[in-house]
Formats: sequence, structure tokens, C-alpha cells
Amino acid sequence: MNKRLTVWIVVLGMLIMGLAFAQTTVTYFTFTTDNDHIDELEALIAAFEGENPDIVIDYSTAPFDSYFTRLQTEFAAGDAPDVFELNYENFVTFAARDTLLPISDLLTLDPTSTFYPAALNAFSYDGVQYGLPITFSTVVLFYNKDLFDAAGVAYPTDNWTWDDVVNAGKQLTDTSKRVWGIYQPVQFWEFYKTAVQAGGGLAVSPTLQIDTPENREALSYLVDKVQTQGIMPTDAQMSGVSDTDMFLSGQLGMIVTGIWMFDRFISDAPFNWDIAVEPGGKQKATHFFSNAAVIAKTSDNAEAAAKWVQFLAANPLTVKTRIESSWELPALSLDQSELLEPYLAIEQPANREAVFASLEYAVTPPVVENQPQLQDIINQELEAARLGTKSVERALTDAQRRVDALVNQ
Amino acid sequence: MYERGWKRAATLAIFLGPSLAGVAIFLVGPIVASFGLSFTRWDLLTPLQFVGLGNFRKLLADPDFWAALRHTVTFLIGYVPLVMILGLLVAVALAGRMPAKSIFRAVYFLPVVTSWVAVALVWQWLLNPYYGLVNNFLSVFGITGPSWLFDPRWAMPAVIMTSVWKDLGFVMAILLAGLQGIPREFYEAADIDGASGWQKLLHVTLPLLSPAMFFALTISLINSFQVFDQVYVMTGGGPAGATTVLVERIVKNAFSFSQMGYASAMSWALFVLIFLSTVIFSRMQRRWAI
Repeated sequence: MNKRLTVWIVVLGMLIMGLAFAQTTVTYFTFTTDNDHIDELEALIAAFEGENPDIVIDYSTAPFDSYFTRLQTEFAAGDAPDVFELNYENFVTFAARDTLLPISDLLTLDPTSTFYPAALNAFSYDGVQYGLPITFSTVVLFYNKDLFDAAGVAYPTDNWTWDDVVNAGKQLTDTSKRVWGIYQPVQFWEFYKTAVQAGGGLAVSPTLQIDTPENREALSYLVDKVQTQGIMPTDAQMSGVSDTDMFLSGQLGMIVTGIWMFDRFISDAPFNWDIAVEPGGKQKATHFFSNAAVIAKTSDNAEAAAKWVQFLAANPLTVKTRIESSWELPALSLDQSELLEPYLAIEQPANREAVFASLEYAVTPPVVENQPQLQDIINQELEAARLGTKSVERALTDAQRRVDALVNQ
Repeated sequence: MYERGWKRAATLAIFLGPSLAGVAIFLVGPIVASFGLSFTRWDLLTPLQFVGLGNFRKLLADPDFWAALRHTVTFLIGYVPLVMILGLLVAVALAGRMPAKSIFRAVYFLPVVTSWVAVALVWQWLLNPYYGLVNNFLSVFGITGPSWLFDPRWAMPAVIMTSVWKDLGFVMAILLAGLQGIPREFYEAADIDGASGWQKLLHVTLPLLSPAMFFALTISLINSFQVFDQVYVMTGGGPAGATTVLVERIVKNAFSFSQMGYASAMSWALFVLIFLSTVIFSRMQRRWAI
């Protein structure tokens, strides 16, 4: 009997040792990689696994449109990935439902000195840090230099205001040649920021602020460009061609869009172009977009997962890879200029400083637990105003009423 | 000789098992689950909560639901009569003596078996306000065409038009089969009585075709309550929510808003609507048909 017991103890001991030396597999689900940056991600994983031989990263990707459906299904099935990505707007939904693991105790770096403050704070909820920002991006004013030259209009500067945009837009527009001054989408993202530019802003708590005089002014600015001034093409005039394709075919003098377009414009634009900080109204305000890597509360491999999150967010190799492949921008604090220097060194667009200058004015959108519904409501009302089926006042009154019903249901 | 007892049952189980299992897992299971879910609140992330009839009360007070129902009924009113009348005309035309009629039948039936996504994309291009064939054709006659899918007033008519074009062949095929089942003697008798072509259509063809017509009508009715693919691809519910329909709202509530319970309740409301209208319809048929 003793013999048998000894055998069992040895077997058990070997099992435990085996488990201790076995590799930990960390599952990672990403939308920022999707199809465009698979090679870069695999290179990063190889480097990480080289540094941490006991960890294996098992990644899968999905496009943004279907990412959250799949993620929530995996959660519902009790099979959540260890590490996954969240954008700022969806972060609150996941944090409020207690699905994320607090990360601060697992880190070996000092987050406050490493990351851009707004990006870091975006991913804390009720004072708890739940993830690290891995990328961020912003929106700037792109302009076609050749069209400005042809019309004899001075180039936009970082100090431009709405009036400058409208004036330049009028001089650039030539509908007989199918050229328009500007395209600025009329949707949630443009609106929350334009509202701040007008001195107002969207807020859900403590009080609901959607229909205010300043916000009406902001929406009028967005809508008048297409409805009264005619410096922005209508849907019918665009006929299903996207705004960026119109810009690339030289039909738009200016376009308000994200810095994620750099790569495409560099390779495809057959004209000279540059960027400027977005024009302001009463004040400047710019977009803030950020994505974070977070750890699921149910993860069995929290420590290994945290190592990977930290690697994704701040490792010099990751930073270098993101900058070189235009894989958004690492969300580092601007003090780490030596890491960000290569970004500024890229030739086009010349005014790359505008990207960092924009961050000074970055404002965040209101975020609620039912964010997708909030955005759906506001987008519907904004579209109605842009199409002219509702007046600006009516659209905002209706938006206010519907969002009120949503948050108080 | 048939096998008896458990042996027979075992044989049946082996042959029917696989497909029954498929039906049970992918059809019956979800139907039962959605019924249960319609009494809960479930966002996929947190455990589900029982809310009783809460979802149904919310449904009745939800303006988006009523708007979607209104748009669905608008679609139904535009689509069903058009597809039935045009389908009947084409069927009658192709049932008679005419050259190359099997080619025409194939041509009219082709859109039915084409994927909705492909059809919707082609029609999106045809209806393009600037580059599209339709508006360029209209401009030949000096008519400036509307912006179709980009105009809240014209988007639904455009969707109806495309749907009628696609489903015409289906109605035609059903009615053709019905027409071929009408014995020639009836027409011969009508000829002897001196009936005109119009009278024959009205008093011989239509009454004898009514079972086939009711079938096509019922199917079209159910299809229009469930209208989704064309709307999803062509307009996505826009512009400015002018073409939101019930199934589109169900999909959005489930997969964009993560309200599985509410979406299930909406599905069951749609089921009840379809069920009731089909029952009323078949009652009408019994009273009306010979």
C-alpha cells in the first residue's frame, strides 16, 4: 500500500511541476489589427514570446463592425478572451457591467508618466484603472493645395475659424466642374466636437444638454454648408461616392477626417495636400479617439495578460512598429519625444505637428451605458437636419426628448 | 414488408435523426429560447433578469417600433398589390401562345433565384441619381429624376420597386402552374356562349385561379412583413430613418444595442402579426373562393 501511495505522490508531483513549467496561453482579440496589420502584429507577438518564453499569445481579429457582436457572444458563452480591445465609447458599457479586471496592481511601469493623460483617464471608471490605452487618433482639416492655388485662396492655418472655412469654401466651389469647398460629415462625432467649438457641448449627466442655443449654432454651421451655402455636396451630388474618394479625385478643397487617412492619401492623392488643426468657432475643440487593451475579469492568466497589455501599449518596439506602419499612433505622453520623433520625421503631410497640436484641444464625447442607442438617435436627428426634413431646432428638440427617454427608462 | 416495433423505430431514428437534430438545434431551440428571452432583460454581458411583460409594455410605448411598423405596412401596401397584378399579367401573357415563351419565363424567374445582395447593389447603381441608368433615361424625356435612395420621400418607393422587380417571377411561376391546371373545356364552353377575352379572364380564369392566387398572396404578405435584406443593403434603414422596418429594428436591437430580450419580444410581436393576418386571410379565402 505504501508503494502505491509513493507512486501516486510522484505522479502528482510531476503533474504539478509540469503545470508550473507549462506555457500559459493568453487569448487576444483585436479590431485595430483587422486585416491591415496582421504581419506587424505577428512580428510583435514573436518578439513578446521571445522575451517571455512561458507565454503564448493566441490572437484573433475581426473588423470593427462585427467585433462587438462576437465579443459579447463569447462573454455570453463564458468564453471571453483574456485580453481584448475596447474603444473609448464602448469601454463604459463593459466597465459598468463589471466584466473587466483592474490593472494597476499588475503593472511594472508607471502609467501616469508613460501615457498621454487624457488617453489614460479615458479608461478608468469610478477611479479604477481598467486598461491601458494602446492607440489614439484625432481628426484634422485636410486640404488640397492645388485647388487652393488655382482659386487663389490662402492655405488654412492652425488658427482658422469657421468663417474662414465658409469664405474659402465659397471661393473654391465650382459646381460646373463638380468641385466643392469642403466635406464635413454631419454625424455624432462631428457634432459633439463642433458643439464645444460653439461654446456649448453635449452632456448627459448631471443634466441632459443637447438642445441648447450654442448646440443649435453648431448644427446650423454643419448643415448650412450643404443647405444654404452650397459649399458642401449633397448626397445626390455625391451619388454614393465616398467623401474620401471625392477628395482623392480633386473634387473637394477641404475635408475633415481622421489622421488614419494619411497612408491612403500619401499613396493615392495625385495632388499636393497638407493638414491643419481643425478650425474653431468661439474656441478650438478637436476629436479624441482612443483604443485600450483590457483584461477580462474571468481571465485565469491575469499576470501574463497584463504583461501583454503593457507590451502592446508601451514597449518601444510596439511604438516603433505602429509609427512606421501608420498603425494609428501610440498613446504615449508627449514628453517621450524621442519615441515620437520618427513620426514627425515622415515627410508627408508637412504639417505633422498639427496632429500633436490638435491634442491640446481634445474633447471627449459623452458616454453612457447604452452608447450605441444614444449615437443612433443623435445620428438620425442630425441626418434629418442635413437632409432638410427637419429644421435644426426641431432636430435638436427631438434628439433631447428621445435621449431623455433613453437615459431615464 | 415493413419492419415492426423497435426495429422500425430504430431505422426511422437513423434516417430522420440527423435532419431532426438540425431542426431541433437550429430552429425549435431558438424559437423556444426567444419566447423565454422575451420576458427577460439580457445584454449578453450580465446574467439575464426576468422582467415579466416589461419588454412588451416598452414595445407599445416605443415610437421607433411604431415607425418601423408603419414603414413595414407602407411597404406591404405598395408591394403586395403591384407584385400580384403584374405577376398575374405576366403569367396570363406567358400562358398563351407566344414565341420563345420559355425563354421569357426563365428571364422573369431569374431575379427570384438571384441573391438579394447582388440585386440590391445593381439597383443601387441603376438608381444612382447622377450616374444611374434610371435618371439618365428619364432625362431623355426632360424629366429630372429624384435622388431615390438618398431622398427620404423616394427611398421607400425605390425599395418597393426593386422588390416587385425581383419577386414578380415568383408570383408568375405560381400562377402559371395554376393556369395550366384550368381545364380547356371551360374556355371552350365560354367561347360557345360568345364570351369576350376580358369576360373569360374575369369569369373563368380568375375564379379558377383563386387557390393559386391566395397562395401567392399569402406568401407575399408574409414576405413583406419580414422585409429586410433589400432594406439592409440598399438603405440601411435610412435616409433619416425613412425605411426602418420591423426586422431591421429587431436586428439592430439585438446586435447593435445588445437588447436580446427586447429584440425577442419584438420578434414575437411580429410573429403574432403575421399569424393573425394569415388566419384572417385564410378565413376570407374560405368565404370568397368557390
